[in-house]
Amino acid sequence: MTTVDAPAQVQLRLLAGPNDGRLDTHLGRHGRPPVLDAGRLVELLRAAGLTGRGGAGFPTWRKIEAVLRAPGTPVVVANGSEGEPASGKDRALLAYQPHLVLDGLQLVAAALGARTAHLYVAAASADGVRAALAARRGAGLDPVAVTVTVAPEAFVAGEESAVVAAVSGRPAVPADKLRRITESGVGGAPTLVQNVETLAHLALIARHGPAWFRAAGTHDEPGTFLATVGGAVDAPGVIEAGYGVRLGDLVDAAGGPASPLQAVLLGGYHGGWVPARPELEVSRAALAPFGASPGAGIVLALPAHACGLAETARIAGYLAGEVAGQCGPCVNGLPRLAGTLGDLAHHRARAGLPAEVRRLAALVTGRGACRHPDGTARMIISAMSAFDADVAAHLAGRCLAADSGHQGVRR
Amino acid sequence: MSTTRLHVDWTACDGRGLCAELLPELLAEDDWGYPVAHTGEAEPEVPRQLQDSARRAVDRCPALALRLVQR
Repeated sequence: MTTVDAPAQVQLRLLAGPNDGRLDTHLGRHGRPPVLDAGRLVELLRAAGLTGRGGAGFPTWRKIEAVLRAPGTPVVVANGSEGEPASGKDRALLAYQPHLVLDGLQLVAAALGARTAHLYVAAASADGVRAALAARRGAGLDPVAVTVTVAPEAFVAGEESAVVAAVSGRPAVPADKLRRITESGVGGAPTLVQNVETLAHLALIARHGPAWFRAAGTHDEPGTFLATVGGAVDAPGVIEAGYGVRLGDLVDAAGGPASPLQAVLLGGYHGGWVPARPELEVSRAALAPFGASPGAGIVLALPAHACGLAETARIAGYLAGEVAGQCGPCVNGLPRLAGTLGDLAHHRARAGLPAEVRRLAALVTGRGACRHPDGTARMIISAMSAFDADVAAHLAGRCLAADSGHQGVRR
Repeated sequence: MSTTRLHVDWTACDGRGLCAELLPELLAEDDWGYPVAHTGEAEPEVPRQLQDSARRAVDRCPALALRLVQR
């Protein structure tokens, strides 16, 4: 597979450096952010083709338009909570380039006429962003005051409606979505929740324009993204690359494989397993046949000597433990799903288990306030295809992993 | 053309099962007694002839977890 539109490779924009997080460094390199009205911002983002970097990949301009259409004074929220354990890119971005994120937040707040802005971050990022905000206040950079809220360490705490609840002072759990957040979010106001990386890209697009943004990535999926590459690689970390980058290039940028790889979990714990083919492009288009997508940029490499079913069962068990406890089908279904997969993975296999895994995955899908059951089911179903030979072996009382098969991913 | 659909607030539903009794044409109970659409849809479409029964199910849900929505 080749990308004809643009050379896809590891390339730095957000993290071009120097990555010291200082305001004077930032202003020296980028200058003050421009001021744009809402129409101009939407036009720029539409031309650039910027999509949300929190996982869902929704076009940013459309979300902003939805907020603009709703009556009332909007609220904007930058989401850097990153509840996904395999992801570290938002924390890295907030440590290295907090001012790109904060520029982006001010740009959308001003364009939308918001009087309230929130920054929702993991505990590890709180001190850093508070210092960054203090420096900006001193420089008169932030016309809209920003309130920092620390996210609890929970997988679903970064989900959009959970974010709205958290910044409103309520427990960070997802809510029913009879009305969209873009129409009724914080305090009932139309609310724009954007991932921090999305805002950082926005801050650069406002300065350099859509054509510059489109020089990276593919025609249909322009721009760079931050990938968190982990598992069986020699130097796990955050890598920036254009969409369409070869999987092998991402793995090599993280020090290369620590041992021969068999599969890669892309998009995180709600993502999908794909074969560890170096030539595979990391883009929605190229990953769709595997039921995967780049998501929030997580790349978790599974070594050949580990059992993919055991690793999937471990992740499923974690996700079952992260249910918010509100929705019956998820509260009951995810533990049953994880347990059934665990039986298959850990030599308690019996005929009918694979069909039961598939039935339960279909049963929980779409039946929660958030997409936690859907994402968990999707990841498990992708494992049933990616590791179909393992499924057959386990049913026959064997395991394909070279040594006993109970070794998880190194981390 | 918008259609009438049955929306379940899963944070409110506690699986009493009344809706599946009142709307057997649309809903069944899952392994744990929570309503599940025969079609597998998250928000099942309510055909015109079932709208009265659906309204009754909405009104009588003890957890106030059901809504009819236009999508």
